[in-house]
Amino acid sequence: MERKPPPFPDSEEQEAHSEKAEEESGDDDDDDDDDGGEDIFTGNGARTAPLVLNAQDLFSEEGSYPGVQEPSVDNQHASNGLRSDDDEQDLFAEARVELSLDRSSTKGIREVTRSSPSAPDISYKSSTSKMSFEKPEEEESNDKFELNIAVTHPEKVGDGMNAYMVYKVSTQTTLPMFKSRAFSVRRRFSDFLGLFEKLSEKHAQNGYIVPLPPEKSVVGMTKVKVGKEDTSSTEFVEKRRAALERYLHRVVSHQNLLQDPDVREFLEKDELPRAVSTQTLSGAGFLKMINKASDAVNKMTIKMNESDNWFEEKLQEVENEEQQLRKLHAVVDALVNHRKDLCGNTAVFAKSMAMLGNSEDNTALSRALSQLAEVEDKMEQLHQEQASNDFFIFAELLADYVRLLGGVRNCFDQRIKTWQRWQDAQSTLQKKREVEAKLLWANKPDKLQQAKDEITEWEAKVTQYERDFERICATVRKEVLRFEKEKSNDFKVHIIKYLESLLVSQQRLIKYWEAFLPEAKAIS
Amino acid sequence: MNRSGKTADTMEGSGLTISASSIKVNEATLDEDTLVFSITSQKLSNGMGVCVCRTYEDFEWLQQSLFAPDEPDLHGVIFPPLPAKLIMSPQSQINNKTLKQLGFLALGDCCRTYCEALELYLQQVALHPILSKNKALETLLTNTESPGKQRAKKGIFNRLSQVMEEKRKESHKDVDDFFQNERDNNSNMTALTKVTTERFLDVVLAEQRLSVASKHLSSSIQLWVNQEDSANAAFSKICLKTSKVFETIKRNFEKTAENNISTLGLGLDLQSRYQEAEKEMLFRRTCKLVELEAANKNTERAKANKKGIMEEVRNVLEKQFDGMSSMARQEVGRFHQSRVALLRTALVSWCEQQLNTATEIAALYSEHLEACQKLPEE
Repeated sequence: MERKPPPFPDSEEQEAHSEKAEEESGDDDDDDDDDGGEDIFTGNGARTAPLVLNAQDLFSEEGSYPGVQEPSVDNQHASNGLRSDDDEQDLFAEARVELSLDRSSTKGIREVTRSSPSAPDISYKSSTSKMSFEKPEEEESNDKFELNIAVTHPEKVGDGMNAYMVYKVSTQTTLPMFKSRAFSVRRRFSDFLGLFEKLSEKHAQNGYIVPLPPEKSVVGMTKVKVGKEDTSSTEFVEKRRAALERYLHRVVSHQNLLQDPDVREFLEKDELPRAVSTQTLSGAGFLKMINKASDAVNKMTIKMNESDNWFEEKLQEVENEEQQLRKLHAVVDALVNHRKDLCGNTAVFAKSMAMLGNSEDNTALSRALSQLAEVEDKMEQLHQEQASNDFFIFAELLADYVRLLGGVRNCFDQRIKTWQRWQDAQSTLQKKREVEAKLLWANKPDKLQQAKDEITEWEAKVTQYERDFERICATVRKEVLRFEKEKSNDFKVHIIKYLESLLVSQQRLIKYWEAFLPEAKAIS
Repeated sequence: MNRSGKTADTMEGSGLTISASSIKVNEATLDEDTLVFSITSQKLSNGMGVCVCRTYEDFEWLQQSLFAPDEPDLHGVIFPPLPAKLIMSPQSQINNKTLKQLGFLALGDCCRTYCEALELYLQQVALHPILSKNKALETLLTNTESPGKQRAKKGIFNRLSQVMEEKRKESHKDVDDFFQNERDNNSNMTALTKVTTERFLDVVLAEQRLSVASKHLSSSIQLWVNQEDSANAAFSKICLKTSKVFETIKRNFEKTAENNISTLGLGLDLQSRYQEAEKEMLFRRTCKLVELEAANKNTERAKANKKGIMEEVRNVLEKQFDGMSSMARQEVGRFHQSRVALLRTALVSWCEQQLNTATEIAALYSEHLEACQKLPEE
């Protein structure tokens, strides 16, 4: 899978335009995928948000949570809008991720940690530049490359306890690094977990925030396997489908991750080798690991001397936020349940009212009451939709971020681990030097050479690890800022979406009342 | 029986000096354990205002006084239903028992709904062609002394039809199609209305819970933002906006529930109780019918010497029954007219109020949406 991507059209221009003097020499040009120090897209361009969800109503009847549909295996398709392959347009209505090619200057921070498709294990460039933190300059987004991903058509494969769900992952893109412009593959849940495993293995240790996939759920999946076709299993499948889609969006919004060949493979390759070691690495498993690692880090006796409080403060913020979001998530969950109650009660009331209307002698009153029953029925539907909005817009957003914040915490821990490694190397070096001194004194020339060699070796390591540490510091800083921006935008997008849906609901409600009023007045 | 009382505020020779539509039960205050209701009304003659304070026992006294067992015709009257007693716990909390007993009347701020129900009751009595002539009403509305002190004669309002041995009389076949129909309809409708009212109550309770939950969410978010000294100002702004949105959502549920209670809730509740009152009346008549038929049988079977007495008894009963039936017929007609009018009023004001609330909330959502869209892009 070593494919050299075609050079970007203006790579020469880009280098010419770079404002900052290249602090490194031609090192970067050696790397195939290193497009002259440019990013594929502007993560945080002035005019582009990394993740732009289409303004089209995410919860139109087609793509929405099938609140009022009869649950059945067939209708799992219906719940996803019965998208036929002719309908590729609609497929991506909710899946647009806008990326733009940055043709302007390089950012202040050099992107030295770039994944290279030519090397299966990532070797990071050592950089002689000083790792000062600078704000990325305003990018002019010129060419926009599109990348739309949708996860649809959940299908059950197999029978009984060996059954599993398969999802269609469709990509539409103008990015040259892909083999074609539109393609789709079938993936199962463990494939997504496998992708996460690979990505976190490679990137987490460098301080990148790797998005977490949704959690495994034994209960949820068992119901689906067993073939229980009730609303809760349709709910579960839809919830998972949406979460997987969001997961992929987040992955490809991350500049570095997008360039990882595993991501490309995931989207493009027809058959993926079955990911087997995903037992421990579901979202929840990973979180457990993070927590264990955190605990280990906390137990480290040598505390870091922080030259500035930024990292400590940020970590504290992150931990607080994670807690808060958990609390909020619980509150939203309660809200969702109450709304479901209201749905149920409204439906039952509507039925009673209909019966009352039928038994009523007075014609006009009878008609009004029957109308009323219909209005209530419609309102029940509104409530139902609203409940799913509450859920999918808010509850899932909060849940996603609780997971993501776990990933952020992990970054910080990785940084400390890196520091620790550097410290350990330094003390090893020190010991080697002591050995050398002893040998010098004891005058044992043959062992001396070995000692000298070891010293050289460890000096190199110390230098390397120090650079690693500085690099990860810069990466973590940058990642945290990127994350914060993305989070703000994400929440903003969601609250707007939520408000839009509220408004639509409300306006429909007004119409119902307006229609009913003359009926009520007509009673005599 | 319409609330606006536009017609027949004053009856010919009614004896009631008060304008029915002016009767208002303003508020209820808690005096130790007892609820005291303040009732105002206006004199027909000079519009002068009268204000009295009454307890529930006074209302009960009125209800008992309206029924005069020695006036057989009166048995054919459908008596305006008096709501059950409202027991207030010291913390003015509504407990489940009260909710079960009173339904919608237990809801609403400061017994507002309950006061309205009492008000309706008084107005219905005042508008009734016969009952309004009863001095007891005048006394209740105008006397300085609380009339409840006079222990009333034991009425026979107490759910005759509930008494087990009487129950079988309920299904006794009628001699008159009109009444048989009416009884059947009433039976059906009473059950349906009761169920519908209960289910509507469940809807309203769910709305109230949603209101509380939304408020909780709004406060939680706001608390968080206030505590956090986050450098991420943009995120804080968004959270604050979100908090405001949920505040509006809470308001929506709150108002919607309020509207539901004060219009349709109250209306359905009244319908339900009135249907029960009609049921009572019809049952009284059926009992009389059973009595009459028994007397007929006795007369036929009686030996010559007793026959005369039996016939007299039978004739008295027959007269009573006929008088009752003709009154009942009138009352039934009146009942249907007014219950339709009542429901119409409830439905129209319900719809109007909900429409107002919906429009107001939509405007608020629009405002929020604009504000959020104006938030700078990061």
